[in-house]
Amino acid sequence: MVVSNSKTGMSLIVKTITRLTVGLILLFGIYIILHGHLSPGGGFAGGVIIALSFVHLMLAFGKDVAVAKISQNVASNLESLGALMFLSIALLGFLGGSFFLNVLNKGMPFRLFSAGTIPLSNIAIGLKVGVGLVAIFLVLVILEGAENKK
Amino acid sequence: MSIYLLCLALFCVGLYGVLRKRNLVKIIIGLAIIEYSVNLFFVLLGYRFRGRAPIDAQTQDILNMVDPLPQALVLTSIVIGLGVTALIISLAIRIYEKYGTFDVTRIKRLKG
Amino acid sequence: MELHLLLIFMLLAAIVALEAKDLLSSVIAVGAAGFALCLAFLILKAPDLAITQLVVEILCLIILIRATIRKDLPLAIEGRWVFNTISTLVFIAVFLFFAWTALKELPDFGDPIMGVAKKYLEEGVTKTGAVNLVTAVILDFRAYDTLGEATVLFTSVIGIMAILRRPGRKNKGGRDGG
Repeated sequence: MVVSNSKTGMSLIVKTITRLTVGLILLFGIYIILHGHLSPGGGFAGGVIIALSFVHLMLAFGKDVAVAKISQNVASNLESLGALMFLSIALLGFLGGSFFLNVLNKGMPFRLFSAGTIPLSNIAIGLKVGVGLVAIFLVLVILEGAENKK
Repeated sequence: MSIYLLCLALFCVGLYGVLRKRNLVKIIIGLAIIEYSVNLFFVLLGYRFRGRAPIDAQTQDILNMVDPLPQALVLTSIVIGLGVTALIISLAIRIYEKYGTFDVTRIKRLKG
Repeated sequence: MELHLLLIFMLLAAIVALEAKDLLSSVIAVGAAGFALCLAFLILKAPDLAITQLVVEILCLIILIRATIRKDLPLAIEGRWVFNTISTLVFIAVFLFFAWTALKELPDFGDPIMGVAKKYLEEGVTKTGAVNLVTAVILDFRAYDTLGEATVLFTSVIGIMAILRRPGRKNKGGRDGG
């Protein structure tokens, strides 16, 4: 999956454990975002957990592997996409009469597909927060690499 | 009442860190402590003795929940605090590159 | 009772964080204060906040350590005593006086007023369909505040990208960062 160059990053034990746990952390973050209206969590906590999985990859393998997975332009575009999605859900409320009205079908409580626009808002917020924090880390890491080359 | 006084003491410790320290990183740490104490104060305002978490369950139907409104405000405040801390740390990194020190009494040159 | 103990632990961790001479020790002490705050949120029956505070604390620690670990660790020396101390004490005394007058007007701990929240608690599940009432409040009853918060996060990401940009990459001689 990822090449382990033994010069960059941390030791071999950390790299092996990272290969096992990075996917699980990402999956856990997606679970917390999707079940935000049924159990504690929501968009903000799930977004930060997704960002933590990428930071884990970056810390264990060095900066080149992480930049190859998500470059800075892709991160900027994804974050803008998340913000635009949230705004369009807000403007969708105009179909019902006012800004931010919850217009979709409410469904039965305690089910996954219920509560109108709330799961969609959670997904938009989680995408925006997670990718925004990954972009912050990319900028910090690239800065560190560039000043060590001087 | 004594809980509120302890929370206020935490705020004063953070305020002392912002006002009296010379190292820039210590000032940032004082700002983080002020944020913790303000978030804690908001959640303390909404607590009810022997209350439940504000999440409905299928088996219980007693409505004795704690106040959900301060919790909603503090949820956004925690994430905004992270954004502000990241921004001020990046300013500190830039200042270190330009002046070579974190000492606030030496960062005085107003260059254009 | 446990809440009092946790708050005293947070006070001690904050004092250690501000007075330690080594920068790495003070960052770890701030991390300890953040984890104690997460436990306090759990005791105060707020599980949403506990999850968010825990992961935000971990990310904040990584950013702080990443910014200060490879640098020179200067010792923080005090100086210019008298005027600074007196003005700080006057400021804190004025603040404490106003806070004490305001604290007397608060309701007792454990017995909140809950004017608007009573309506949210009774009609929350039927009006929004969400079972988690905190999510219903931030994404349906008060969604405008969440839009403002998304804007603040967006602005902070743009600000960090603008501050830490490397100008002039074609010039290999290393121009001074401006």
